[in-house]
Amino acid sequence: MRFGIITFPGSNGDHDALMAVRLGLGQPAELVWHTETDLSNYDCIIIPGGFSYGDYLRAGAIARFAPVMQAVAREAEAGKPILGICNGFQILTEAQLLPGALLRNASLEFVCDWVWVRVEQTHTPWTSQLARGARLRLPIAHGEGRYFVDEKTLGELERAGQIVFRYVDAEGNATPEANPNGSIANIAGVCNGRGNVVGLMPHPERAFDRLIGGDDGLWILASVLAVGLEVVRGRGGN
Amino acid sequence: MNETARWRAEVFVSLRPGVNDPQGLAVRDGLRRLGYQEVEEVRVGRYVQVWLQAPDVQTAERRIAAMCEQLLANPVVESYRFVIEPAESQ
Repeated sequence: MRFGIITFPGSNGDHDALMAVRLGLGQPAELVWHTETDLSNYDCIIIPGGFSYGDYLRAGAIARFAPVMQAVAREAEAGKPILGICNGFQILTEAQLLPGALLRNASLEFVCDWVWVRVEQTHTPWTSQLARGARLRLPIAHGEGRYFVDEKTLGELERAGQIVFRYVDAEGNATPEANPNGSIANIAGVCNGRGNVVGLMPHPERAFDRLIGGDDGLWILASVLAVGLEVVRGRGGN
Repeated sequence: MNETARWRAEVFVSLRPGVNDPQGLAVRDGLRRLGYQEVEEVRVGRYVQVWLQAPDVQTAERRIAAMCEQLLANPVVESYRFVIEPAESQ
């Protein structure tokens, strides 16, 4: 399964994602420069973390107009699995491929830590190999990760099963203390209506090996691999 | 007759009411600590100036509103207002 990882000026998680896919999953992956306009060569897309365009105006606001984003929108429409990590999540909300917005952390501080997240939905390609309620330990590193939607939209996301990850404590409870940035309803990640586009603030690609502190992130990347293999089998391919 | 004029727009972007503004809270607390006990609420926003060419003020307003919707503000969480005035030509 071929992974395309998009590099914007200011991305800094692109090589992390590349290593996670190549070493952690043993799958081919390539960096794709933001001026590319065709992503049809890739089976899935990762929009990595960083500070694209210096986070000028708002995080993700400028990256959204990069030429490659039209291709991302096209692939999203076509149902291809797309994962936005941290700044990638911010870009996907700015592009309105995901609902909501990511605001300055409630603490006003940049947070760099390991957190627990609970898997809330398993119908997405990025969580297909996980059990609902499973807990993952993942690193976070962001200043603008406070997820926000209005109350009405929150209810709609809840009903439609679009809340994919929540910040929880070690026992799996979504407490205010376990919420690192003041996100509404402890939301750490969401998906689009169809489920193929997922965004989250934590960094699964920075947790693909015990050597770097944990390997829970591999479950998210391996989930898409499992879905990809099913698609290939369904097509009657090898 | 394609005469255009130069305009200056001042755009004020702020978080919508109801959206928690931790920056505003921090500034409010700072002001109170400085002795400004009368301060009830502070909300921090963004100020953008745009110089543009347009044949008339209505066109300039329409273009600036579109710029706000598309880029200068995030309609999910922010609202905006602007004032436009003639600018000296360069």
